[in-house]
Amino acid sequence: MADYEIPDDLAFTHEDEWVRREGNNLVVGVTDFAQQQLGDIVYVELPPIGSLVSKGDPFGVIESVKAVSDLYAPVSGEVVDVNSDLAEHPEAVNEDCYGDGWMISIAITSEDELESLMDVPAYRQHVDDRSD
Amino acid sequence: MLEAIGVGSLEALFASVPHKHRLQGALAVPAAASEQELLAELSALAARNTHHASHDWFLGAGCYAHFIPSAVDAIASRSEFYTAYTPYQAEISQGTLQAIFEWQTMICGLTGLEVSNASMYDGASAAAEAALMAMRITRRTKVVLADSVHPHYREVIQTYLDGLESQIVAAPRAPDGRTAPLAGLVDAETACVVLQQPNFWGSLEDVAAAADAARAHGAKLVVVVSEALSLALLRPPGALGADIVCGEAQSFGVPIGIGGPNLGFMATRAAFVRNLPGRLVGQTVDTEGRRGFVLTLSTREQHIRRERATSNICTNQGLCLLMATVYLSLLGRVGLRKLAERNLAKAEYAKARVRATPGLTLPFAAPTFNEFTVGVRGDAQAALGRALEAGIVGGLDLAPHAPELGPTVLVCATELATRDAIDRLVSALAGGRR
Repeated sequence: MADYEIPDDLAFTHEDEWVRREGNNLVVGVTDFAQQQLGDIVYVELPPIGSLVSKGDPFGVIESVKAVSDLYAPVSGEVVDVNSDLAEHPEAVNEDCYGDGWMISIAITSEDELESLMDVPAYRQHVDDRSD
Repeated sequence: MLEAIGVGSLEALFASVPHKHRLQGALAVPAAASEQELLAELSALAARNTHHASHDWFLGAGCYAHFIPSAVDAIASRSEFYTAYTPYQAEISQGTLQAIFEWQTMICGLTGLEVSNASMYDGASAAAEAALMAMRITRRTKVVLADSVHPHYREVIQTYLDGLESQIVAAPRAPDGRTAPLAGLVDAETACVVLQQPNFWGSLEDVAAAADAARAHGAKLVVVVSEALSLALLRPPGALGADIVCGEAQSFGVPIGIGGPNLGFMATRAAFVRNLPGRLVGQTVDTEGRRGFVLTLSTREQHIRRERATSNICTNQGLCLLMATVYLSLLGRVGLRKLAERNLAKAEYAKARVRATPGLTLPFAAPTFNEFTVGVRGDAQAALGRALEAGIVGGLDLAPHAPELGPTVLVCATELATRDAIDRLVSALAGGRR
């Protein structure tokens, strides 16, 4: 079984996004499990700053050499920052998915929405359930 | 075969069709004809057509009569090209892929833009796809569409936008035959301005001014070209600020045929490449470092992106593209320009004859390329009828498209037009003797 990094200061979604709280904003990316499943990332399509996203709805698209997947908003709110480096360096998602591979930052509108996010043990179980 | 599939008779294959629904008796089809009889019959049918080899030809309006060198057909009908299928498997398709890459390269040169796709079906659908592309890029829903775009193209654009959240705003024609200034029509909801160059009436539009008007509100400029030869003489629309240049390349070595098959093209800025519809061929190297060509950026397409693909097109006009690429490479940059200059010269001569002929006018003052609008006296159908009697297809009756202009005809003079034919056309349209 492959070893998937799951940092213990983050929360997670069922769609393999991670979130990190920074003040009133939530920084979002995809997890190590996700980037390994996808393979070499060639393109990440992110929304413009100022867009409004809804929890559970797609906010962007991630493309690897073999697949295209939607990226889902973990919470509702306004996109206040976008990692524009990914346009030139999509491989950052493979190399450092929790750091340089961050994607967007959303201004939190509802604390309640955070409650449905998974903690580390729950996400690890979620990964194990889908791994061989 | 019946034995192989375990069926007793031909009748048995139709066992599920109730007797009362079956045809009784023999099919009403004539007896088989010999090859000689068949050729005679087909030749007689074909002889009923009026075409540019049988008549002097001054009809354009989106489909242009140009001389096609024999080498085009000779190369395009080589079985290596002619029988090749879609180049999905790059290893066995390098010839096809290289031809497409050359096409894309030439289209970029002609349009002044950075990336071209592997062709579209035709100019009308290319124009519609360009509008959709601009809507995707800007995430806006309003399209400012010039009235001076070919009426068939406008209908197709409307069809493509129907069912989408969209709004088409018409940009009217000015008295000089160009589109009137766009300020006031473009706003923050506008995805693009769509202009044709030269426009349907033959007039040359001010592309740079349109680009400024679009850009002032963050909209894109789409320039549609129906007479691709004009690109060899006019400043490339991409250099003047167009964001997408698209249209019809039938003029490049593709026969008029039956009004098709045609050859659409589309080019844009590198920044918008992921929003381009259609196939894209890229140049790369193989595992041994040798240059090769492949289909690329396929994730834009519907077989991967499904309902969020840039288009549902899943093909390109491969054979017509090949003919056009051969044609362009035979003429070369210098030859193509000379051909365009000859077209301009023929049309300018025709216009001079029109000006000098009582009963005929040039209603639009804007400059033209090889096509222009002529005002006739009385009845345009009658004028064209006189021309036909003289063995001339004189042009397009504009009454269905611009009744407000009075009796007018759209005339196109290409390199095929002789001075004598032009003189006879003008005389026939005017109704007088030469």
